[in-house]
Amino acid sequence: MHLIPPILIFGYGNPSRGDDAIAPQLLSRLEALQIPGVELVTDFQLQVEHAIDLEGRELVLFIDASVSGAAPYTFSRLLAQQDNSYTSHEMSPAAVLHVYRQINSEPPPPSYLLAVHGEFFDLGEPLSEAAATNLEAAFILLQKLCADQRKEAWERLMVDGVDPEKV
Amino acid sequence: MTFALETAEHPEKLKRVVIEPVSRVEGHGKVTLLLDENNRVHQARFHIVEFRGFEKFIQGRPYWEVPVMVQRLCGICPVSHHLAASKALDMIVGATLTPTAEKLRRLMHYGQILQSHALHFFHLASPDLLFGFGSDVATRNIVGVAAAFPEIAKKGVLLRKYGQEIIRMTAGKRVHGTGAIPGGVNKNLSLAERDTLLADIEQMIAWSRDAVELIKKVYSDRPDFHNGFGYYRSSFMSLVRGDGALDLYHGGLRARDEHGQTIFDHVDYSHYWDYIHEEVRPWSYMKFPFIRSRGREEGWYRVGPLARVNNCDFIPTPLAEAERIAFKEFGGGSATQATLAYHWTRMIEMLHAAESIRELLHDGDLQGDDLVSKGERQLRGVGVIEAPRGTLIHHYRIDENEQIVRANLIVSTTHNNHAMNEAVRQVALQYLDGKVLTEGLLNHIEVAIRAFDPCLSCATHALGKMPLEVELLDAEGAVIDQIAKNTSGQFCI
Repeated sequence: MHLIPPILIFGYGNPSRGDDAIAPQLLSRLEALQIPGVELVTDFQLQVEHAIDLEGRELVLFIDASVSGAAPYTFSRLLAQQDNSYTSHEMSPAAVLHVYRQINSEPPPPSYLLAVHGEFFDLGEPLSEAAATNLEAAFILLQKLCADQRKEAWERLMVDGVDPEKV
Repeated sequence: MTFALETAEHPEKLKRVVIEPVSRVEGHGKVTLLLDENNRVHQARFHIVEFRGFEKFIQGRPYWEVPVMVQRLCGICPVSHHLAASKALDMIVGATLTPTAEKLRRLMHYGQILQSHALHFFHLASPDLLFGFGSDVATRNIVGVAAAFPEIAKKGVLLRKYGQEIIRMTAGKRVHGTGAIPGGVNKNLSLAERDTLLADIEQMIAWSRDAVELIKKVYSDRPDFHNGFGYYRSSFMSLVRGDGALDLYHGGLRARDEHGQTIFDHVDYSHYWDYIHEEVRPWSYMKFPFIRSRGREEGWYRVGPLARVNNCDFIPTPLAEAERIAFKEFGGGSATQATLAYHWTRMIEMLHAAESIRELLHDGDLQGDDLVSKGERQLRGVGVIEAPRGTLIHHYRIDENEQIVRANLIVSTTHNNHAMNEAVRQVALQYLDGKVLTEGLLNHIEVAIRAFDPCLSCATHALGKMPLEVELLDAEGAVIDQIAKNTSGQFCI
């Protein structure tokens, strides 16, 4: 029988567009850790069908590079939200949760967003220095999230943050 | 086939309206309208606001990396670039594909067509088609569709998911797949994978048939409106099979003019430049291809579902062929030039893709082990496929060190550049000329562009996030009014 891992970590971004590679790179590093109970999924961008990836999960974490969020990152709870973007190029995680609710007629699993600050998104460019620093900070948080896979623990981290010395 | 309204005589005396970006298309574009004091349209242009850069990005790379690298051009049609590049590199390694390799690539391609067409119809176009072009912007999106028509939204999601599963199984991964390689493929389809896909294929065909019926009904309920919206006549270009059949993976180039007369047929695409020339215009970063023999003014054309269904002599799967015949008969053929007929033909192709997938899944060659071939090395390769949005050309030259020294890509949206501009001009004249601008009216412009399902991130090879701003400027260039659309698509005064 195929069991669905309770935790989904979904990182999205284009690995060849500078700081847009933050999420794919974070997932590559997590993959090397082989963490039980966690499924890692990466894609260029969020799309409607990704609502199906949320089915059967206990917790979901989206990771994206963000030009507007604070450095090094922001970690926040997501709510299903009807927004009008649907450019498909920029479908928001909140909108994916909304699609989940529409097609399944039930609330989506508790979902969070880790938005890592990025600055430059040019084709063929490597991560900027600032993004590389932010990625390191985000990776510390990710290890904490994977170490305690309970909603209460994630909520606490959202409020208290991470002390790098204790990781 | 004129250039009326492309350039106004005295633009300095007109006020400018900018729609930026065009929403519910991939990437970002901008429309500018120049209006006089009576809101009469004097100029309408569809701009691309980003730079191209991919050809430079790929130079210096070893050729065998290309099928993977090109997928990073665009997050929405990476498989099309993957396959077009692989076909070009087949030429470079001198390969003639084995039956197993070609059928696996076709399966991957049909999966891509299915998921791309499903996304466009159910999630990008259906809000306009089901609610109307001028309806409340708050409901005119897929969330509104899901609320009002939950089954339609769900079918769209599941059709797209099925297509993605085909891509995952044939490419090896959900994204950045390596399924196609120069000279063949690197894996076959296991029996377990085949059975998984077979379990749902009948449902996918049934839903695809439903989708054709839906667009047919929407279209037929207001035939004059749908036929007349942004109407103009043009040439069409597409690949066709040797016997004239629709073929989305391989064939010769066929172009027919606005009266259905053949311009060229069964052309070997490895010398496409003998037939197509790319023109640069100072006001757009995207090139304007045209058919050489017809010249710059008369040589522009359309590609994509409408071009393909019009150009082919028949569709080699029975259900889609029946729908092609019905489409051609509808309105005595007038629908075959209509901008909004793209939606109808897109669904006929989705049905064809679903039928083709079923046919392939019953073909034992998919489990073959003869995956790769090679022959005499060449320094130049051209690969062409019919991507979801239209003809896609990849052209590479390598040096003795097997590195890419030159790359030229003509993506589907670039072929349609002039045609999209023409559609914008026609709609501007039909719906905006002399009227006070409203969001609903401006959406008519976007509806015309969306019919082509343009992928501007491919066409410009760049990414951007900008709010939409519409500005009204007076003759001196001062802003006299403005309306903005944020990144969530919400309008703010």
